Amino acid sequence: MAFIQVKDVHFSYDLEPGARKEVLHGINLEIGEGEFVALLGHNGCGKSTMAKLFNGMLVPGSGQVLVDGLDAGKEENQLEVRRRVGLVLQNPDNQLVAGIVEEDVAFGPENLGVPPEEIRKRVDAALKAVDMYHYREHAPHKLSGGQKQRVAIAGIIAMETRCIVLDEPTAMLDPRGRQEVMETILRLNREKGITIVLITHYMDEAVQAGRVVVMDEGKVLMDGAPQEVFRQVERLKRHDLDVPQATELCYRLQAAGVGLPEIPLSVEKCVGMFKEVL
Amino acid sequence: MSETILETKNLTYQYGIGTPFEKTAVEDVSISIEKGEFLGVIGHTGSGKSTLIQMLNGLIRPTSGQVLLDGQDIWAEPKKIRAVRFRVGMVFQYPEYQLFEETVLKDIVFGPKNMGLSDEEALARAKEAAAFTGLKEELWEKSPFELSGGEKRRAAIAGVIAMDPDVLILDEPTAGLDPRGRDVLLAQITQYHKKRQNTVMLVSHSMEDIGRTADRLLVMNQSRCAMLAPTKEVFSQSAKLEQMGLRVPQITKIVQELGALGCPVDPSTLTVDDALKQLLPYLKQKLPRKEAGSDAV
Ligand SMILES: Nc1ncnc2c1ncn2[C@@H]1O[C@H](COP(=O)(O)OP(=O)(O)OP(=O)(O)O)[C@@H](O)[C@H]1O
Ligand SMILES: Nc1ncnc2c1ncn2[C@@H]1O[C@H](COP(=O)(O)OP(=O)(O)OP(=O)(O)O)[C@@H](O)[C@H]1O
Ligand SMILES: [Mg+2]
Ligand SMILES: [Mg+2]
Repeated sequence: MAFIQVKDVHFSYDLEPGARKEVLHGINLEIGEGEFVALLGHNGCGKSTMAKLFNGMLVPGSGQVLVDGLDAGKEENQLEVRRRVGLVLQNPDNQLVAGIVEEDVAFGPENLGVPPEEIRKRVDAALKAVDMYHYREHAPHKLSGGQKQRVAIAGIIAMETRCIVLDEPTAMLDPRGRQEVMETILRLNREKGITIVLITHYMDEAVQAGRVVVMDEGKVLMDGAPQEVFRQVERLKRHDLDVPQATELCYRLQAAGVGLPEIPLSVEKCVGMFKEVL
Repeated sequence: MSETILETKNLTYQYGIGTPFEKTAVEDVSISIEKGEFLGVIGHTGSGKSTLIQMLNGLIRPTSGQVLLDGQDIWAEPKKIRAVRFRVGMVFQYPEYQLFEETVLKDIVFGPKNMGLSDEEALARAKEAAAFTGLKEELWEKSPFELSGGEKRRAAIAGVIAMDPDVLILDEPTAGLDPRGRDVLLAQITQYHKKRQNTVMLVSHSMEDIGRTADRLLVMNQSRCAMLAPTKEVFSQSAKLEQMGLRVPQITKIVQELGALGCPVDPSTLTVDDALKQLLPYLKQKLPRKEAGSDAV
């Protein structure tokens, strides 16, 4: 059985009295344990809403979200669902709650009832993983944008949930920081078998996932391996998305009559390919 | 001839003076920003970018040093600092903090109204600015809190553009936008910059976005100005940038490697379009596409 099962889910937000807006129109999706899924789509297509359904922060209007077989929409399953799925929110300010960085990172595991000595270890390890250990005694609201984002990620890593959902975790990071976060995510996925759902607008991050799900207007538009999805350059662009620059260059060279053995998805693959053929 | 609009002299900012967390966020920065230029600002997280630009529009007061707008110290008469904020408009890194009215449109009207424009004029400007940023009309009467991340960002940008500032500073405006939104917004900012001939400062962590928009780059590193030079010149120094946690745009990296393989291409190429133009004639000849079922070259 899949770790997360989304079954014909519809979701609406309540607007002014009487008015509602349906933003998810019948989503079906299964995510297996240990998968690394990138979730893409235009602004407002419903990605963050999906993320909040995965850990029970929001409840479907109709249909079901099952996490490890538990109905995430049921009040009585709340704690068990949050033990399994950690969510890094889109805006870290909504997540940072304590007055000191290390207390903030400890907040999640404390709520899960992790013993204090264990929390200490996890907090240190998580802060080191995001390179914020030397800021452990600082106040979170006095950090720069990217530093806050790193602390928010550490807070979820420290919970050691079997699944981590990250909503645009690299939006405010510098190139090295983005690379480090991607490496951390890949390590958690490969070495610890943690299921990852990464929401991002950076295509060069999405190509590193094992599977890419593209949403459009509250529906799933594409679902496949990065090689399959990113081959559809025109289709992605029609739906407000893009492809990495390496892919774009080679796609357009090929369209203009250059013979290439493949359409690479990264700078390294692109350079490697040209080294072979030139 | 270029004319200076903003200048900093030995600009320094320290947070938490006298506490254990005292932090010099900006140290001894002396730069000149030219009237009408499109200046990109890059630097690792925590390098001082946001602190620096907040000093440029008088939102925070320097610990030491000066900010000169048209040659005048902006803090010469602290009571007049509001006027500086209208001339040097700023879109914050987290736009949520910039949105506080009941509806999106009211939020965008707030700036121009505050500047003393009539209600109609302010509304006209607000609508123009909202349309300009691609904010769908159906969202104008909504509460800002009901918008998605990307929609909030557009609303915040519209609020500043509606004031039509002489210097427009955008702190990571494309973070959180979908790729098309990113392209459209950058194209619109570039267009607005050309039409208005105003000065634009764009802070970004996307080297690709910076590469295709900025004339010059300011590189911040550990609270100091590490470089201030034309974009191509900065991006020709890969190794130095990498040491500072930065890198060149992906396309620039590719052309540099292709150049090393003998392709005739300018190693400081910054856009895919430009790379394609240079590479196509050579690669078409060198690697012609074989038609299916034929062995003719
Ligand atoms: N609290 C809310 N109340 C009402 N409508 C909302 C609320 N939050 C989101 N929406 C609307 O629901 C839709 C989906 O929003 P969601 O935040 O899930 O999009 P998203 O794909 O995460 O977008 P982005 O890439 O901009 O973060 C959007 O049209 C948005 O305006
Ligand atoms: N309110 C504050 N109190 C104390 N220190 C602060 C405060 N705001 C920022 N700092 C510190 O000042 C330094 C510079 O922060 P600043 O926000 O200017 O960086 P930045 O270059 O904009 O980073 P980012 O790319 O992450 O947004 C950082 O080390 C940060 O921790
Ligand atoms: Mg979102
Ligand atoms: Mg900043």
